[in-house]
Amino acid sequence: MPESLVAVIDAFPYLLQGSLVTLAVVAGALSFGLLVGAPLAIGQVYGGALIRRSVGLYVWFFRGIPLLVFLFLFYFGLCTALGINLSAFTVAIIVLGLISSAYQSQIIRGAIQSLPEGQLKAARALGMSDIKAIVNIIIPQALRLSIPGFSNEYSILLKDSAVTYALGVAEIMARAHFVATRTYHHFPLYFAAGLIFMILTWLGVKVLRLLEDRVRIPGYSHN
Amino acid sequence: MTSPILRIENLSKKYGQREVLKGVSLEVEKGDLKILIGPSGAGKSTFLHCINFLVKPDEGHVWLDNEEIHPARKRELYAYRQKVGMIFQDFNLFDHLTAFENVRIGLVKVKGIGKDAAGARAAQELERVGLKEHMQKYPSQLSGGQKQRVSIARALAMDPEVMLLDEPTSALDPELIGEVHAVIRDLGKSGMTMIMATHQIGFASSLASEIIFMEDGRILEQGTPSKIFNDPDNSRTREFCSKITDLYGER
Repeated sequence: MPESLVAVIDAFPYLLQGSLVTLAVVAGALSFGLLVGAPLAIGQVYGGALIRRSVGLYVWFFRGIPLLVFLFLFYFGLCTALGINLSAFTVAIIVLGLISSAYQSQIIRGAIQSLPEGQLKAARALGMSDIKAIVNIIIPQALRLSIPGFSNEYSILLKDSAVTYALGVAEIMARAHFVATRTYHHFPLYFAAGLIFMILTWLGVKVLRLLEDRVRIPGYSHN
Repeated sequence: MTSPILRIENLSKKYGQREVLKGVSLEVEKGDLKILIGPSGAGKSTFLHCINFLVKPDEGHVWLDNEEIHPARKRELYAYRQKVGMIFQDFNLFDHLTAFENVRIGLVKVKGIGKDAAGARAAQELERVGLKEHMQKYPSQLSGGQKQRVSIARALAMDPEVMLLDEPTSALDPELIGEVHAVIRDLGKSGMTMIMATHQIGFASSLASEIIFMEDGRILEQGTPSKIFNDPDNSRTREFCSKITDLYGER
C-alpha cells in the first residue's frame, strides 16, 4: 500500500473527530444566526424607519467584513481589550453566527415579503395584535419558505467554518494541516479533508430537504 | 327610537392625491343587511376596510353600541375588531392551517379559550357552513366556495356583532356562488347585522334591508331595493343598475 494512503487511513479517525467539531460550529452558528436573524427580518419588514435603517446597517456591516478579519478582531482584539476569556470554539460560533444572522435575515425577509398581504390583514381582522399575527401566522409560513435558503446558508457556513482553523479550533482543516505538516503527505490529507467537507455538504442539504418535505403544507408548496 | 348598533360618520381616505373616500356616513341598525353597490373604484372596499380600521381613515368616526372607537388605543381596537367580522374577496385563509385550525386559531390566540373548547366551537361553526367533512383539509385542497365558507365560519366563531363582507363571491366560479349565498342568507335570517359589497344584484334585492349606491368615493343614493332598482332618483344609479342587471341577470 502506498505510504501516503496509509497516512490518510491512520489520520482518518482523527479527521472525523474534527468533522464533529465542524458540525458543532456550523449547527451553533446556524441556530444563533436564526435566533438573531428572524427578529431582524421582522424588524426590517414591519418596523418603523429607524428600525429598518438600523437593520440595514447591521446587515451591511456583517456582510461587508471578511470572516478572517472579524475572527481576529473579535478573538484577539475585542476579547483581549475587554478582558473576557472565551474559547476559540465559542468565538467561532459567535462570529459565524453574527455573520450568518445578517444573511439569514435577508432569506427570511424575502420569504415574509413573498406571502400574500391578506394573511396579515385577516389576522388583524380577527383582533390579533401585530405581534400575535407575526408569531402565529407570518413566521410559521415564512420559515417554511426559507428552508431552501437555509440549505444554501448551511453549505456556505460549512465551508466558511474551515477558516476558524486560524484561531486554533480543532476542526477538519486544522487537523488535516496538523497531520500534513508532520507527515509531509499534504496532497492526500487535504484531499481527504475536502472530501469530508463535500460529504457533509451533501448530508446537510439532504437533511434540510427532508425537513422541507416534512413541514410542507399539503397541496401548497411546489413539487 | 332605537340607537344604531354601528354608526359611521364622515369617513375619508386619500391615497396620495387621490381621494378614494369623500366623507361617507352610515347608520346600521341591529339585524340590518346593507348592500353596497357601485362601479369598481367607487370606494366600496376602502369603505369596508376603513370601518374596522384595516385601512386607516384620514378622517371620520365610528361608534359600535354607542361607544366611539379610538383606533390609536390598540387594546380597544383589537377588542372592536373581534366584534366586527370581516370577509374578504380572496378569502385570506391562513394557508399553513387546516380549515379546522383556521377557525380555531382566533378563539385560542385572541380570545384565550382552551384548545378543546375552542376546537368544539370551531367544529360547530364549520358544521353550520356545511363543511364538517372537510375540517382537516388545507385551504389549497378546498374549492373557492368552500374556502369562503371556512372564512365565514372563522369570522362567526368570534361571535361578531356585525359582519363586513367585501365582494365575497366575486372571486368565485359562477357555480360556486350559490353555496356561499346560501350561508349568507342563513346568517341574515338568524339576525346577523351585515354590510356587504356585491355585484350580485339578484341576491341583493331579495335580501337587503337597504341598497347603498356608491360612486367616486361618495354615497349617491340609498333606499329600499325596490326604490333603488325600480325607481331611483339619481340618473347615475339608474344607469348603473340597468347595466349591472344585464350582466348579473335575473331579478
